[in-house]
Amino acid sequence: MTKQIIIPFGPQHPVLPEPIHLDLVLEDEKVIEAIPSIGYIHRGFEKLVEKREFTEYVYVAERTCGICSFIHGLTYCQGIEEIMKVEVPERALFLRTIWSEYSRLHSHLLWLGCFADSFGFENLFMNAWRIRERILDVMEQTTGGRVIQGSCKIGGVRKDIIGEKLDQMSKDLDSIQQELEELTNVFLRDASIRHRLKNVGVLSRDDAYSCGAVGPTARGSGVSYDMRKTGYAAYGKLNLETVTESDGDCYARCTVRCRELFTSIDLIKQAIRKIPDGPVDVKVTGAPDGEYFARSEQPRGELVHYIKGNGTKFLVRSRIRTPTLTNIPPLVKMLQGCELADVPVIVLSIDPCISCTER
Amino acid sequence: MTSEEQLTMPIEVGQLIGRVEQHKQEGYRLVQIGCTKTGDVYEINYSFDKDFVFRNLRVTVTGETEVPSISGMYWGAFVYENEMHDLFGIQVKGMNIDFKGNFIRTSIKYPFGAAIPKGEKP
Repeated sequence: MTKQIIIPFGPQHPVLPEPIHLDLVLEDEKVIEAIPSIGYIHRGFEKLVEKREFTEYVYVAERTCGICSFIHGLTYCQGIEEIMKVEVPERALFLRTIWSEYSRLHSHLLWLGCFADSFGFENLFMNAWRIRERILDVMEQTTGGRVIQGSCKIGGVRKDIIGEKLDQMSKDLDSIQQELEELTNVFLRDASIRHRLKNVGVLSRDDAYSCGAVGPTARGSGVSYDMRKTGYAAYGKLNLETVTESDGDCYARCTVRCRELFTSIDLIKQAIRKIPDGPVDVKVTGAPDGEYFARSEQPRGELVHYIKGNGTKFLVRSRIRTPTLTNIPPLVKMLQGCELADVPVIVLSIDPCISCTER
Repeated sequence: MTSEEQLTMPIEVGQLIGRVEQHKQEGYRLVQIGCTKTGDVYEINYSFDKDFVFRNLRVTVTGETEVPSISGMYWGAFVYENEMHDLFGIQVKGMNIDFKGNFIRTSIKYPFGAAIPKGEKP
């Protein structure tokens, strides 16, 4: 019988932007089992509902994550609006959709850069992040914030985007699209990258579904599941084609994200064409009394904000189920049987966001 | 508003395994398990989804109640069950991967349940 050894991977590791720990049980160079543990940066955000009024908690919800902060704020607001039966103006719904898709663009580009770095392609990393800067510039110009936007509020949004700016954004997206085509062409066609990613960290469709995989991790294994299809915000008024791949390996997950960049651009352009005139918020009075599981599609997959109120200005409970938390069991499945040298690439392939998970 | 229909079914702890098994057989995906402390009791929500149809099973337990693990049916449930134990102190029996309180390391034991200050024994 081959001797088994345990190699600790993380919490500090060159490919990990944030701390997660894996105990890798090895036989020679093969991973037999991976045991994950988190909790190094757990912040207990959910506990803050006891000390912040439900209107203030939007800012806390947004700070759950520094990458998809806008979508956290949006999902929280949607939950409160559902409980309080608030009708959000159409224009605000379209603006929420536009900012959500910009968040997805910047998140996927951030991930593509980190992923390129994980397999040693530094130039590709820099190119992905250079394009990402253009996305962040638009976020800053339209909301005032690059990382934390603070533009979503209960009952609508805090800021409007004037027509001229929307036109300019649409034109800019044409040149961004051109740059993305060049970038993704390397990710998807370069022989060395294909060799590095193909048949690595394979997650079958059945495992993806039964382990609860979400987002590009699930869609890379052929599970066609995208919360935007439920039509929240203005998604119900836009044409959205869910991107799926069937191979379930690192290359498939990378392909899904590359293709989703173009889906996001298309959705933003559709939203800009269809956005109606009108107010961007409504006055909200009272306090939430009831509960709701608000769900949305983050760049990493389905996000759930469970909100429970008792009619006072302080909520009873805010529970945030992030996509990375539910993608940890599928990651453990992917790692079983892989080579030790492939572990960094496989871990990165689920796009782990530990700050979200450690809310 | 999204206006998604969300059905919550309150059940007894003893019914949990049977009802979860039923959802598994019907092809539901486990969305999440979450716990809420309401007064002296804990509400545990087991949420499922199939083709965007959201279903929720709710068991209400006291801090002393032992809850059976559903990780035998939904393998990935261990993250939620360990979280529930580490943050709320809920005892979950039969988890496929039991971190024994070390999945989420907190300075205060069971911070969302009956919190125990550091250094004191439960």
